[in-house]
Amino acid sequence: MEVVEKKKLKVATTSLAGCFGCHMSFLDIDERLFDLVELVEFDRSPLTDIKEVGKCDIGIIEGGLCNAENVHVLLEFRRQCKVLIAMGACAVNGGLPAQRNHLPLAEILSEVYLSSPGLGNGMIPNDPELPLPLNQVHPIHEVVKVDVFIPGCPPSGDAIWKVLTDLLSGQGPSLGHGLLHYD
Amino acid sequence: MDAGKLENILRRYDGSTHNLLQILREIQEAEGWISPESVTALEQALAVPRAKIEGVASFYAFLHLKPIGRYRILFSDNITDRMGGNQDLMARLCHLLWIEPGKVSEDGLASVDLTSCTGMCDQGPALLVNGHVVTRLDEARIETIAQLVRDQIPVEEWPAEFFQVEDNVQRRDILLGCEFEPGSALRALHARLDTDGVLASNTRSWREGLPRGLVGPATMLDEVKHANLRGRGGAGFTTGLKWEACRNAPLADGQDRIVVCNADEGEPGTFKDRVLLTSHADMVFEGMTLAAYAVGARRGFLYLRGEYRYLLDHLEGVLARRRRDNLLGHSIIGIPGADFDIKIHVGAGAYVCGEESALIESLEGKRGTPRNRPPFPVTHGYLEQPTIVNNVETFAAAALIALNGGEWYRNIGTSHSAGSKILSVSGDCERPGLYEFPFGVSVAEVLEACGAKDTQAVQVSGPSGFTIAAHEFDRKICFEDIPTAGAFMVFDKSRDMFQVARNFVHFFAHESCGFCTPCRVGTSLLKNLMDKLHNGQGSPYDFKEIEHLNHILQAMSHCGLGHSACNPVLDTIEKFRAAYDARMSHQDFTPAFDLDGALSQARQMTGRDDALAHFGAAHGELQ
Amino acid sequence: MTQTFTLDGQEIPFTPGQTIIQAALAAGVFIPHLCYHPEFKPHGSCKLCTVKVNGRHTASCTFKANTGLQVESNTEELNAERRTLVQMLFVEGNHFCPSCEKSGNCQLQATAYDLGMMSPHFDHFFPDRPVDASHPELLLDFNRCILCSLCVRASRDVDGKSVFALADRGIQSHLIVNAESGQLADTNVSVDDKAVQVCPVGVILRKRQGFVVPIGERTYDELPISGHVHGAVTLTEES
Ligand SMILES: Cc1cc2nc3c(=O)[nH]c(=O)nc-3n(C[C@H](O)[C@H](O)[C@H](O)COP(=O)(O)O)c2cc1C
Ligand code: SF4
Ligand code: SF4
Ligand code: SF4
Ligand code: FES
Ligand code: FES
Repeated sequence: MEVVEKKKLKVATTSLAGCFGCHMSFLDIDERLFDLVELVEFDRSPLTDIKEVGKCDIGIIEGGLCNAENVHVLLEFRRQCKVLIAMGACAVNGGLPAQRNHLPLAEILSEVYLSSPGLGNGMIPNDPELPLPLNQVHPIHEVVKVDVFIPGCPPSGDAIWKVLTDLLSGQGPSLGHGLLHYD
Repeated sequence: MDAGKLENILRRYDGSTHNLLQILREIQEAEGWISPESVTALEQALAVPRAKIEGVASFYAFLHLKPIGRYRILFSDNITDRMGGNQDLMARLCHLLWIEPGKVSEDGLASVDLTSCTGMCDQGPALLVNGHVVTRLDEARIETIAQLVRDQIPVEEWPAEFFQVEDNVQRRDILLGCEFEPGSALRALHARLDTDGVLASNTRSWREGLPRGLVGPATMLDEVKHANLRGRGGAGFTTGLKWEACRNAPLADGQDRIVVCNADEGEPGTFKDRVLLTSHADMVFEGMTLAAYAVGARRGFLYLRGEYRYLLDHLEGVLARRRRDNLLGHSIIGIPGADFDIKIHVGAGAYVCGEESALIESLEGKRGTPRNRPPFPVTHGYLEQPTIVNNVETFAAAALIALNGGEWYRNIGTSHSAGSKILSVSGDCERPGLYEFPFGVSVAEVLEACGAKDTQAVQVSGPSGFTIAAHEFDRKICFEDIPTAGAFMVFDKSRDMFQVARNFVHFFAHESCGFCTPCRVGTSLLKNLMDKLHNGQGSPYDFKEIEHLNHILQAMSHCGLGHSACNPVLDTIEKFRAAYDARMSHQDFTPAFDLDGALSQARQMTGRDDALAHFGAAHGELQ
Repeated sequence: MTQTFTLDGQEIPFTPGQTIIQAALAAGVFIPHLCYHPEFKPHGSCKLCTVKVNGRHTASCTFKANTGLQVESNTEELNAERRTLVQMLFVEGNHFCPSCEKSGNCQLQATAYDLGMMSPHFDHFFPDRPVDASHPELLLDFNRCILCSLCVRASRDVDGKSVFALADRGIQSHLIVNAESGQLADTNVSVDDKAVQVCPVGVILRKRQGFVVPIGERTYDELPISGHVHGAVTLTEES
């Protein structure tokens, strides 16, 4: 029994500046999730509630990098995971959040907190508990080396399944027509 | 611009859209920029869409659709300028004038920025102020310039020695040593027609393809072919073949053949055409006239790079004298039907316009985008007419050949590289300047002649050429070994060859015309990667990326600019690997931007400076 | 006797004057391309159509077919190089497909799919390219412009208007419109212009027409772009 346990691949997942859409899609692999659980064991993940990521075989990242906290978690994942997967448009190219990138952050902050009524009582929050936003939003491959990408907003359950099973069977992951999409 | 002035300019350029670039350049010179009103006036006068006018104007670095200050100061940014301290000098000037580089001062008085090599490498660092070149910059000159700008003294009244450009000829051979008498080459050729038996019989065999009565032109072609003259602009194409192809190209009704002299001299580190045009202009124009005679052309252009605008009056003067002396115009030296004249077009800051098809586009008043070839200029060049484009030095050599004969010429140099080559020597040596040697001279011999010591490397033929390391100094300057357009930049052992390559990569990114994807994006990606290494964020990952980009640029680019944009990187990686290894600060992939810096705006806006407001231990650093 | 050249081992007939890509497409063989359009003079700028002719890289949309040429196109090497070009185009602009009206009908996207592009690979430039919404019926989202110049050629050569032109150079190159204000509303563009139809990506868009075609029925949902060649479509239908 123990031997079988040991053979299971350890997988951690997280959502950075994402919308959880990709995680929802992940769950969309439906009954295949049971097959998956046969093969893998989940470490830190919104699916498990484990808070600190341990040594893993595969790390799956949803969402891009908006703030210091995102970067912190990403670096932790990169350190702990053998294979790092960027899952979804936001992780792959910054996605919707990155559409702020042509505006200077200072301008955005003062627009949000100083000029628009009803928010932040005329002050930019400076609580040390709050992670500071980055000057620009970055896709994760601009900060760490990413091994595998699953584009899509969100990628379909089938696409995620295909990439994971390709990986588990030791193949280079690929997505053919219909599975590969950026929207 | 007032209507009278504009009308004047338009009249001088026949109100033709083909002269759009020249018209825009004149407006820029007169007004300091090209205002929306000027564009509107041109739109009406020339009946061309304003988007096209703006498209052309914005292509050239020296034309401005926005006000750029009454004093537009551009520091030449070749590696030799950098070695001479141009960055500190520029910072100093910016400081004195309270200007940020690249921006116009708030009062609209001045702007300071960088420009590609201005061709003054033997007397740099240099700058351009409103298009006038200032050489030999030093701290004192910068202080004076700041004062002159602050006092708003017109550039015309600045001290004359600022604008002094020396020839610096250090070694003369057959070309630079020739006491050339205007018209002598034309007359020599003419005199030889009936007497030179060998050539006359040679001509008969291939003359058949030509119209009757062309013994003179055929002889000139034959001399040039017999001389084994090859182009001096870099590629080394056989000049005789090019001329012959043009001569044989069919002409449609109303078409002419065209002779173009390429005086764009944009390859950083090259300045020999500057000297040829300064002190040997008659030889160059005579070579063009002989070429015209050979190919049957009646119109010629000299395409003068914008940086050499200061030579325009002098060159126009030489042309005027040659017209008076019947060396241009109708029935030149009394040969019936030998009609030819030359116009000068001035560029406006675009290295790619040295590429012959881009040059022709520019001559036609368009954006300087290289054409799709075939068809080649020899059949479809300027306004679709058969056109030859040759380098300044090539034409001067052609005059020499007409004067002394092809047989004489072919015996100088090496078997595949006849004649001499003029080298523009700059960098770490005692005597920078021009060195004319017969082809076949070794790198070591040139280094010896110019007084170079402790030489680490020589960049031959500019950024698109070859980085030659010390163990190769016995290699020879000639088409069969190291072909060159003339640049010869010397780097001693104190120089960092990575910085040399990085400067060149910046040059290519700045000069990419943007037409094709691989070069437009690839040169910028390459520049960013070199900057990443420079900034201490390099890892072996980036190294692989550089090699990948090199491959894409070489394989997929549209023109020579993209093809050679990676040459300096490839060469320095191969020969000065240590300079790169020293930049592999990290083992693992590291972001190109500074993570802590990426929190700067948020820190500023929130006033936070606690541990979590920085990347460091609290966030878990990268490694 | 018809003349032929060899493309990936297959004999391709051509008529003199045809380019390699014209002959290939006519024979039902797909070669990726973005700036080539059968109705316009070849431009040769995107370089997606690069093939190897007798071992040398060259753009197949400008290279004339010739008897006996040995042409490679659908090879691992060339497709990898093309993938790099597409990645360059993605990072050069701002391509956020999920919020783009052209998604599913976009040639850049479809070409990237076809080449198996899983990520943009390079660091993004994230350029600042303001949208022009001045026109009542048309929107210009320059964030997605790949500078193919099809609209420039169409407006000049077909519509006789020159509404569009390329400005600046190098990585700063961008599209401008023919009005002193720089705004599309102040040009003589019309929704029926050819220039408005040809954009291969999501720059020139009809307002209020976004996302009208449901996912699954968009141009490249059913068949990949490589299947949209006359001959190839027939083949698929038969099989
Ligand atoms: C990017 C680029 C820049 C060039 N610049 C010059 C130049 O400044 N002067 C020049 O004579 N040739 C230049 N050339 C080479 C010309 O295209 C052309 O080969 C040359 O003018 C032909 O003259 P030649 O046969 O006398 O050498 C350049 C080529 C490229 C690709
Ligand atoms: S290689 Fe560079 S300079 Fe040449 S056409 Fe392409 S973009 Fe322009
Ligand atoms: S233009 Fe094409 S590639 Fe770009 S965002 Fe739109 S769909 Fe995506
Ligand atoms: S707007 Fe569209 S058609 Fe025009 S150049 Fe850009 S991508 Fe091409
Ligand atoms: S978080 Fe998955 S697509 Fe944005
Ligand atoms: S399709 Fe040939 S270069 Fe664009």
